[in-house]
Amino acid sequence: MAEYQNIFTRVQIRGPAYLGVELPRGTWGRQGKGGFSHLLGRFGDAQIGPIYLGTTGLLSLLCGFISFEIIGLNMFASVHWNPVQFVRQLPWLALEPPAPANGLHFPRLQDGGWWLIAGFFLTSSVLLWWLRMYRRARALGMGTHVAWAFLSAIWLMLVLGIIRPVLMGSYGEAVPFGIFPHLDWTAAFSIRYGNLFYNPFHCLSIAFLYGSTLLFAMHGGTILAVSRLGGDRELEQIVDRGTAAERAALFWRWTMGFNATMESIHRWAWWFAVLCPLVGGIGILLTGTVVDNWYLWAVKHHVAPVYPHVFPPVVDPATLSGTPQ
Amino acid sequence: MRTRGTPMKRNTALNHRMVAAVLCVAAAAATSGCERPPVETLQGGYRGLGMEQVINPRLDAKKAAHNQVPAAIPAAPAGGPPASTVYKNIQVLSDLNVAQFTRVMLAITQWVAPADQSCNYCHTSDMASDARYTKVVARRMLEMVRHVNADWKTHVADTGVTCYTCHRGNAVPQNVWFTDPGRSAESGLIAGNAGKNKPAPAIGLTALPYDPFTRFLLGDANIRVISNDALPDGNRSSIKQTDSTYALMISISQSLGVNCDFCHNTRSFAVWDASTPKRTTAWYGIRMVRDLNNQYLVPLTSHFPSSRLGILGDVAKVNCATCHQGLFKPLYGQSMAKDYPELLGHPSTSDAGSPPPPTAELVTPK
Repeated sequence: MAEYQNIFTRVQIRGPAYLGVELPRGTWGRQGKGGFSHLLGRFGDAQIGPIYLGTTGLLSLLCGFISFEIIGLNMFASVHWNPVQFVRQLPWLALEPPAPANGLHFPRLQDGGWWLIAGFFLTSSVLLWWLRMYRRARALGMGTHVAWAFLSAIWLMLVLGIIRPVLMGSYGEAVPFGIFPHLDWTAAFSIRYGNLFYNPFHCLSIAFLYGSTLLFAMHGGTILAVSRLGGDRELEQIVDRGTAAERAALFWRWTMGFNATMESIHRWAWWFAVLCPLVGGIGILLTGTVVDNWYLWAVKHHVAPVYPHVFPPVVDPATLSGTPQ
Repeated sequence: MRTRGTPMKRNTALNHRMVAAVLCVAAAAATSGCERPPVETLQGGYRGLGMEQVINPRLDAKKAAHNQVPAAIPAAPAGGPPASTVYKNIQVLSDLNVAQFTRVMLAITQWVAPADQSCNYCHTSDMASDARYTKVVARRMLEMVRHVNADWKTHVADTGVTCYTCHRGNAVPQNVWFTDPGRSAESGLIAGNAGKNKPAPAIGLTALPYDPFTRFLLGDANIRVISNDALPDGNRSSIKQTDSTYALMISISQSLGVNCDFCHNTRSFAVWDASTPKRTTAWYGIRMVRDLNNQYLVPLTSHFPSSRLGILGDVAKVNCATCHQGLFKPLYGQSMAKDYPELLGHPSTSDAGSPPPPTAELVTPK
């Protein structure tokens, strides 16, 4: 019905706040009694809280805060503590990793030491948050699918920030903390290693990234389209197909000859999302360690197509005698 | 449990206005960095490679207005006494006759000297005196123009250059550069910025190193960072070195008003036989600028007053933008030098800063 043909969620269930299942002994209690927000209810569930912080959550927030402050205060100092310039130049500002010549030594704070400390606390924060996610899922008697998907993203972050730099023997290989600087790093990384678009793991990662958005749109669209027939009761319809599931399946068989099921579509989505950073991380890990020029690698293995020459032959002037070097 | 299915009516009008306002601000923010159409593209390489130059006729019209060639002064007759026998203290241009010499002086006055100072910008009442630093500098600059026209045909071809190519009526060309000291000296425990991460127009407002010029156009640091082999072969070029090379290339792109693929096939920046012939011209251009900075500008440092020097007391130096000023050929490739044979000069015979013309004989690459 029209309820589902809207940008925002129009149905909000209001009743006593649900406080959750009993917690195992020895854990912290949940904080707050729970309240309701109409505005947030338009995007998600209107019930806010109670929340569970716990040891790992608290430590994670603390580590994240330390890292955020180290990065932010160094950025602020770099514009001589001028708040107007801090806002104007924020996209350009960064905390840089140590110089390549430093190798894997711990440098002075101003020469990249702050970067290593910020990276340590950021990594700790993310890993603690992962542990919290895993333990909260266990506490609720759920599977741990979300935690493992999150770990896939953490893998890519750690490959970029620490695993590959260590293998290359220099923290200078790692990514700066900054908005434009990390984007420029990405472009420079591709340039240095002869065009990352010829890295097959990069290709796979892009396929899974775009595939994820495609699957998300197909699945979200399908379920909203059959909600009027009870299609939003996905879990029941896995084993007890109603007319919503039958129509959705028929729709995709008609349009593309094949369809996922109410269960398998979620496995597709989970694997596409997980594989995107997983294979991406493998691609980064191989770059510079195993392959140094992806374009030439692709030429060597007949992956890169050959195009006709449209210009007169161009020769490297450095190979001609008598030229300035 | 009760279900709330309809939005509150009294807030609807207010909400719509707020949404419209937010959308307007968001649209303005999202498009503020964009170029207003029309935008045309010009295919440069084989089809399907996306080697295209982006052209905006509206912006090009503005550029055209800034790149008009002034009318040439009528040519000087040949013959007559050499300038060196009539005037005193003639150290350069001594091969010209009086009419040719006077014509060059007239041209410099138009091209370089501020209008309210004219000849007095360089000369005192004793025309032969070297009391003004501007005269000493101008003498060396005349030698530089002749050097470029005679010895750097690999870059300027027969189009050549004149004083006007850089000066455009300004005593100091508008596009010069000084070494940027960065901000490591005063920082204490605060992290350095590695010479990058501040918006600089010369590098297209990227967060790349803001002074690639000292490294590459004064020094001769290796620009090439990409490996010539698919597998690791001992190339230890870092991402930070790549940042510097990238910044230099962006500055060239900005200076010439072209995309990367004007010179490169971007599927492989390194491979020469996939590049366009323009890349060769640019390669010589980089060496030419390096030569001019080291042989002509840096040696003049002690002659300049401190107000003309950079923060570190270094002389104003040239890069691609100094001549090109946003065009892939300065002044749209119109040759002013052909109207000024006095400035053409003769190829140098000495080795100092004057490489012999290259031959097509292949040698082992370095």
